[in-house]
Amino acid sequence: MNAAWTIDGVREALGTKKISARELASDFYKRIAERNQELNAYLTLSEERAYLQADRIDGLVAAGKVLPPLAGVPIAIKDVISTRGVRTTCGSKILENYIPPYDATAVERLEAAGAVMLGKTNCDEFAMGSSTENSAYGPVRNPESTDRVPGGSSGGSAAAVAAGLAVASLGTDTGGSIRQPGSFCGIPAMMGSYGRVSRYGLIAFASSLDRIGPFATSTRDVAAVMGVIAGRDTNDSTSTTAPVPDYRAAMGKPVKGLRIGIPKEYFGAGMDEGVRKKIEAGIAVFEKLGCELREIHMAHTDYAIATYYIIATAEASSNLARYDGVRYGLRVEADSLLAMYRKTRGAGFGAEVKRRIVLGTYVLSAGYYDAYYLKGQRVRALIAQDFREAFSKVDVLVTPTSPVPPFLLGERTSDPLQMYLADIYTVTGSLAGVPGISVPCGKICGKLPVGLQIFGPAFGEARVLQLADAFEQAGGASV
Amino acid sequence: MRISREDVEKVAELANLELSEAELEMYRTQIDEILEYIGKLNELDTTGVEPMAQVLADEQSADATLREDDIVRCDVAAEILEQAPDREASYFRVPKVIER
Repeated sequence: MNAAWTIDGVREALGTKKISARELASDFYKRIAERNQELNAYLTLSEERAYLQADRIDGLVAAGKVLPPLAGVPIAIKDVISTRGVRTTCGSKILENYIPPYDATAVERLEAAGAVMLGKTNCDEFAMGSSTENSAYGPVRNPESTDRVPGGSSGGSAAAVAAGLAVASLGTDTGGSIRQPGSFCGIPAMMGSYGRVSRYGLIAFASSLDRIGPFATSTRDVAAVMGVIAGRDTNDSTSTTAPVPDYRAAMGKPVKGLRIGIPKEYFGAGMDEGVRKKIEAGIAVFEKLGCELREIHMAHTDYAIATYYIIATAEASSNLARYDGVRYGLRVEADSLLAMYRKTRGAGFGAEVKRRIVLGTYVLSAGYYDAYYLKGQRVRALIAQDFREAFSKVDVLVTPTSPVPPFLLGERTSDPLQMYLADIYTVTGSLAGVPGISVPCGKICGKLPVGLQIFGPAFGEARVLQLADAFEQAGGASV
Repeated sequence: MRISREDVEKVAELANLELSEAELEMYRTQIDEILEYIGKLNELDTTGVEPMAQVLADEQSADATLREDDIVRCDVAAEILEQAPDREASYFRVPKVIER
């Protein structure tokens, strides 16, 4: 029953009239009805909007028109991305009934390209977390192993695709929130360069780090979605004017002779032995493909988590000031304006969000700004410098995505610092602004997925995707 | 100890965040541990390093990325007001701000 659809497969089936876009959407809703209660991947379904779009696509097919690149492809959208008329909660009680008055640019582009949005996916509250256990609407279960977490914060988007409840999905990545759940759920997942995909309509967590990016079941499909959502948007002044290349065009070209850097700092203490073995086997695949391996030194890697939790929480404390019970979201009544703010925010935010607001406010407050926030920004510059130097010597970097395989639900919730340290290999690239992908790299004991991460230089998405595809074609997923 | 209970109370007040007694104590302990960890940044000499606020390259200057400040009608006022917890006509209602 679990026919694994791909973007090309959907296109072919629609073109040859094996199935209609409406039938396909309906088939996916049936799968969701069967599986979502257990997985909790979707928070809201948008059937009306999906069928309207499906009918539009079926109209194009009937009229013999050229189909747009994602025609009829069922997709899921993380619930921190705005969708006009469709509830968008950010996994928070404070936005439980929030209906955005506009669409995010990425969503608008996906629909313009023919994609059918099935619904909104569960995530850690305001994308703050690494396990999706911080959602106010309950945790998501990992479809590969349902007693384990799917990773986070985009756990719902990863689980939906891994379980065959969507062909592709959008997540957001601030410190690893696309790549790590991709790794945990055993599917490719990509974060483009900062500025590559418009953030317009992405509900802000940490604006200098937040990025939207795709999950799919193959690197080719990741590339197809990336190609649609990437590019300049006048509604986001940080989206770049750099042209978007045809990401699929580079795929299949030989990777022989490409230089791969292996930063030794990513293989240190705290790394699971099972993960290490799989990543070493993954690196051997690149060697067999004729790539040139070079050991690289990235001196400031060990400082990335500390830097990240200063910058991300500082920006979050500022961004989340908007939830004040006035214009949208929850309000807890009180007899003064100030008391209303405090009660609303105290009742509406969950534990992790409050923890980060307190920490972020603290590092920005008078007397601590220089010691923490400015210090963090200086170390961020050093981490970015590490990447620039590395890319003067090699074409890409290959690392593990996560030091550990998917952990058990509840295993890490009591210790926030331990949870933060799970992002140790992903936050570096977030701080540096470079693109990164996680691709499946075997399973420990045949059941716990491991992800291999490829970083490229800023706007080097095509190279990253070319290598990820070569790895996948060479059997990297089953090392 | 890097952060006191009073510090947490003060910060929560700055952030307009009501915290229970239990939360105050929990956050004090946890944030103390996190700040202890963050303290490792002091191992690095960052003298002369420019703070990095954002990663965009020089060619992504404001001139290249800022659009013209043109008025574009979006006609979503009703939808926006619809989201307000309390409103009157086209206004958001809030509790009294100024004491008589």
